[in-house]
Amino acid sequence: MSEAVSSPPARTRSDFGRSVRRLLREPLGLFGLSLVLLVILGAVFADLLTQWDPTRINPRDRFLGPSAAHLLGTDQLGRDLFSRVLHGGRIALYVALVSTAISLAIGIVLGLIAGYGPRWLDNLMILLFDAMKSFPTVMLALALVTITGPSLTSVILVVILVNVPGYARIVRTQTIAIKSSEFVTAAQSMGASTARILRVHIMPNVIGPLVILASMDIPVVIAIEAGMSFLGLGVRPPTPSWGSILNDGFGQIRETPWIAIAGGLPIIIITLGFTFLGETLRDVFDPRLKGRG
Amino acid sequence: MLNYAVKRLGLSVAIVSLAMFLLFCMIYLVPGDPASVALGPRATEAMKEAMRVRMGLDQPVWVQFWNFFTGAWTGDLGEEVLSGRPVLDVVLEQLPYTLVLIAGGISWSVALGIPLGCWAAINRGSFADRLVGILSVAVIAVPSFVVAIYALLIFAVTLQWLPAIGAGEPGDVGDQLVHLILPSLAVGLGWVGYIARMVRASMLEVLEASHIRTARAFGLPERLITYRYALTIAILPTITLLGIGIGQMLSSAVFAEIVFARPGVGKLVYDAILTRNFPLVTGAVLVTTVIFVLLNLIADLIVGALDPRVRSSF
Amino acid sequence: MSTLSISGLNVHFSTEAGSLHALKDVTFDVPERRIVGIVGESGCGKSTLINAILGLLSDNGEVRSGQILFEGDQDLARLSRGQMQDLRGPRIATVFQDPMGALNPVLSVGRQMINIQYRSPQSRAAKAARAVEMLKLVRIPDAESALGRYPHQFSGGMKQRIAIAMALMMEPALLIADEPTTALDATLEVTTIELLKDLQATIGCSVMFISHHLGVIAELCDDVVVMYAGEVVERGTVRDVFRAPAHPYTRRLLECDPARQSRRTRVLPTIPGEIPDLRQRPRGCVFAPRCLERHAGCDTPQVEHALAGDHRARCNLAPARSPAAVPP
Repeated sequence: MSEAVSSPPARTRSDFGRSVRRLLREPLGLFGLSLVLLVILGAVFADLLTQWDPTRINPRDRFLGPSAAHLLGTDQLGRDLFSRVLHGGRIALYVALVSTAISLAIGIVLGLIAGYGPRWLDNLMILLFDAMKSFPTVMLALALVTITGPSLTSVILVVILVNVPGYARIVRTQTIAIKSSEFVTAAQSMGASTARILRVHIMPNVIGPLVILASMDIPVVIAIEAGMSFLGLGVRPPTPSWGSILNDGFGQIRETPWIAIAGGLPIIIITLGFTFLGETLRDVFDPRLKGRG
Repeated sequence: MLNYAVKRLGLSVAIVSLAMFLLFCMIYLVPGDPASVALGPRATEAMKEAMRVRMGLDQPVWVQFWNFFTGAWTGDLGEEVLSGRPVLDVVLEQLPYTLVLIAGGISWSVALGIPLGCWAAINRGSFADRLVGILSVAVIAVPSFVVAIYALLIFAVTLQWLPAIGAGEPGDVGDQLVHLILPSLAVGLGWVGYIARMVRASMLEVLEASHIRTARAFGLPERLITYRYALTIAILPTITLLGIGIGQMLSSAVFAEIVFARPGVGKLVYDAILTRNFPLVTGAVLVTTVIFVLLNLIADLIVGALDPRVRSSF
Repeated sequence: MSTLSISGLNVHFSTEAGSLHALKDVTFDVPERRIVGIVGESGCGKSTLINAILGLLSDNGEVRSGQILFEGDQDLARLSRGQMQDLRGPRIATVFQDPMGALNPVLSVGRQMINIQYRSPQSRAAKAARAVEMLKLVRIPDAESALGRYPHQFSGGMKQRIAIAMALMMEPALLIADEPTTALDATLEVTTIELLKDLQATIGCSVMFISHHLGVIAELCDDVVVMYAGEVVERGTVRDVFRAPAHPYTRRLLECDPARQSRRTRVLPTIPGEIPDLRQRPRGCVFAPRCLERHAGCDTPQVEHALAGDHRARCNLAPARSPAAVPP
């Protein structure tokens, strides 16, 4: 990892263009990208792609199998599953974006404090991160939801608690590595303030690897949302979520398996898509992160 | 070795203490009144007050924390709301089921992951290597509850090869094992991928090492070099990885227990939430956290025992 | 008969940027019971040479032509994998440069020394006894208990001596020592060299000793082979080559050796320039771009000229400079 310490490689525009072209040449990355785009476009244009209201109950259409009218069939309340899957994508992507952004912000701040602060604070925070990581995710979610009650906010809170320690640790490691490198020592000797060093020298070097790792965490975040909604700890009915569709289907798995299939399929598609894309992105943009995470 | 073990144990105690503190903070800081949560919406103010006193919520924060902290370390996790039995007893009763499930998950992941990773490393760059790589990433990505439900749908409902629910007849080991197959697969499948990747990467690294070159220069058989000289080193990080992985497997176990209607800590907590049995939830979370930290400790001690370099560097 | 007789060896590597001609027409002998030093800068092809002899060239490497005759009758370049594996260890043993990494970190020293004897039908106890005997021979204190210890519990010098013990345990005909003392400090270097010399005399094997330290070569070796950019540029007895270097490269090497500085200078002399790109070998002399004695003949292919005795140099100027030259 010695090269991770060396001076900041300023990524030029042509570098970026070359990386993007390389990404488009990788079949796996391209496949991942198209899966992700499929889900994003489906979520964005949900209202154009289907005329069914995802929350409207039609008692006469209960438990219909897949057909031309209902591509994925209907559920126990007669709601169109295709429409619910598309709208469920909105929830998943919303949670992914919001909670990742908040986790990143908190993780960067904590990591910089640990990396740039005094030694005792660093040790204490490392212990804190380890302790936070030592709760099994679902147990943490269950404990939290017992108090806050099931809601989208609870889901976001759980994601933040799960993600922050990891991000903070990475920021801390990078900060310590860069802090002791020559160009920062040089800046310090020339009288640059701590704030300036953080802004000019440390942040640009920390952000790159962090964003790549965060993008690789997106499938995990989506899985947490779906998992909590599956347990009835996430979004409240009748709001559609892939997890709650899966739960509806699970109760009826012997009689009407298509409901469970409809709930699981988008989760598989999006997690595979983001993972294939993230793996390729990491290899293309930042090979030194290979094998981490 | 003893020195290393003591230091590592100290670290574990510190982490568990801090985790208890965090859990307490979470309970205390997050808005909501555990007493009214426990009693439900129809409770009267007098009932809530009585409940608060019973749960010790009327005392100052630091007293509450001290009681919680000392209680937790001495195994007193309070009483569960419905039957009044000690929480620890209830949790420990269910714990073996969960541990067996996780052991099953580990078995799957080790039995498939190590050979796959080793095979991919030896055939580096081949089609098989690429395939193992993509499959590993794929099984890591798909969440365990989706695996659980699809496995239930395919193998239990459609093909009817394996039973769908329960943990099997008590006393009938064969039946219990058959009931374990699908849930443990759901728990362990992702870890097959993690381990395959990890073993492949560290195997490639080790095979480049100069002591492997030395071993080859002494004409040792390639099998001996691969399995005794390289793989013994290459699986060391896997053990650490598994220690960390137990936490995720505990999470997956919750889903597996619910999907396959198996007894276990996960099912216990889930039911406790539905019945608002608050002390049971915190107690179970604490017990699983301790187990997680403990298993991490064991993993590190195993690595310490196998790798003479680790002991001396700590 | 020579223990090892290499003639006209050419090794190529296929790389993404084309074929790399790593060893070109390498010819030299390692006579029985003699110590032959191989000297040259890093990148001169020493490692490729070792790997070619041991049959451990990486997958993209290939012996295109030439012979590596071992004990007169076996051509190492043509042997099967299995036959080659049977020679490595019992007949040809190797000590590598890096003593820290040469031993397996998770197996005890005894275990590794017993594993090496896997072909022997002897009992485990006999193998262990043999290991103890060897450890005593290389002066490892408390040899019995050393068997149960792990490599990290020994110092660098001790590890290198253990590696030597392992290499000589099977009494090989040829010992290849790849810069075995480079990573050690000066005092350890001297004792290790003396030990190696003693053991060689006891066991009676031939040694191929690779080093870039001319002082060590002069002290230890009988013959010397000077390599540059994958070619043998000069070879002969240590006496001949060091007294009357015939190739300009050898002369520059000797000038750069700090031990041979006649005048005190502030800067250590080094040879300016770099080893050429081996994907496009020049038609003429490979050393010409860095040579101080360039002349028109450098652009034509160089032949190896025989000088006095077994002294040979691959420079067209060599015969003219050496009075005792024999025409090729």
